[in-house]
Amino acid sequence: MAGEEGKIDPMHQFEIQPIFDGGFEIAGQTINFTNSALWMILTFITLWIFMLGGMKREIIPGRWQVMVESMSNFVTNMLTSNVGEAGRKYVPYVFSLFMFILFANILGMLPIGVIGLHPFTVTSHIAITGILAVLSFSIVLIVGFWKHGLHFFSLFVPHGTPLPMVPFIAVIEFISFMIRPFSLGLRLFVAMTAGHVLLKVLGGFVINSTNAGAGYGALVGIPSFMLMVGISALELLVAVIQAYVFALLTSLYINDAENLH
Amino acid sequence: MPQISQLVSTFGSQFFWLAITFGLVYLLIGRSMLPKIQSTVDARNKRIADDLDAARIAHKQADEIEDQYKARQAADRDEAQKVTAEAKVQATKASEKKVRDADKRIATKITKAEADIAAQTEAALSEIESVTAEATQNIVSKLTSAKVTKAKAVKAVKGALANV
Repeated sequence: MAGEEGKIDPMHQFEIQPIFDGGFEIAGQTINFTNSALWMILTFITLWIFMLGGMKREIIPGRWQVMVESMSNFVTNMLTSNVGEAGRKYVPYVFSLFMFILFANILGMLPIGVIGLHPFTVTSHIAITGILAVLSFSIVLIVGFWKHGLHFFSLFVPHGTPLPMVPFIAVIEFISFMIRPFSLGLRLFVAMTAGHVLLKVLGGFVINSTNAGAGYGALVGIPSFMLMVGISALELLVAVIQAYVFALLTSLYINDAENLH
Repeated sequence: MPQISQLVSTFGSQFFWLAITFGLVYLLIGRSMLPKIQSTVDARNKRIADDLDAARIAHKQADEIEDQYKARQAADRDEAQKVTAEAKVQATKASEKKVRDADKRIATKITKAEADIAAQTEAALSEIESVTAEATQNIVSKLTSAKVTKAKAVKAVKGALANV
């Protein structure tokens, strides 16, 4: 953790390092099995185990089955209420997106640092959130043009726009439309990064003040630690909310593509 | 910030692993596990809805049966009341007839008795006449030693009795 002696770099946790030496190259890019890859696979495995608990398919469900079913119902309801019955065919994608982000966020929060392991938050990388955002955006574009053809461009002119205002509104709508993948990707990346940086900085306060003496430790370390407990709870909330926001915005954008407006 | 400084050097690697893991999530979880879970939920919801429908139909049937039962009960009660009323009317009629017959019988008995009494009274009166006539004959003969004929005596007694 310590960059130099006595100095704790809060950004170190985001560094991607190969776990095994020797990657291979595809299209000029070196593919390594990195800590990021490890946590993505852990996310998949955890999610798979979670879902496995819901596969008993009993008429009277157990606790675990209820959890899995309520997640499935949650995403299904989100899509049917935002898109309508046509939204049901996007449930597999939005559910995968929501659960993947949710599990990645929460796994990155695990306090396994106390046993010497380094948790890594997959979703704190703009590369990952950007790819997911572009993926959602591409689905919106493909569905939109597939269903409505060039009529999809009427999305940029809302109903009831006065004729003289059409060019201005169209430009503004177009910009706001094109900004969607960036805002979608950045929101998750920034929320995850900021929370983890804040926790790491406060952790650095605890360690450095305690190293400076028991008095400093009591004066600075204890309040910092109290704050960390609160912020950790807040971060758990943020982890859930950001996954929800990502899925919700995706379903709203899909609604635009399905139904125009 | 490693997210930006490492972006170019690690983008391919991150993309590769994300494609694999998210692809697995989508195919194995989103496409194959999720529909099963949804179908379980749908089946349960359908069963609950069906059960509720069945319960509603049974409830309606029970209501109908109760209505029928009530209607039959009311009809039976009406019938019973009618029968009772009829029986009452008949009984009243019969008792009236009996009373009338009894009255008639009593009336004939009374007239007969009255006739008997009248006859007896007459007989008694005629007896009294004959006895009185005899007595009168005897009294007259004893007192005056004149002989009064029976016919004369009877005439006299009758005349005297008529004045009584």
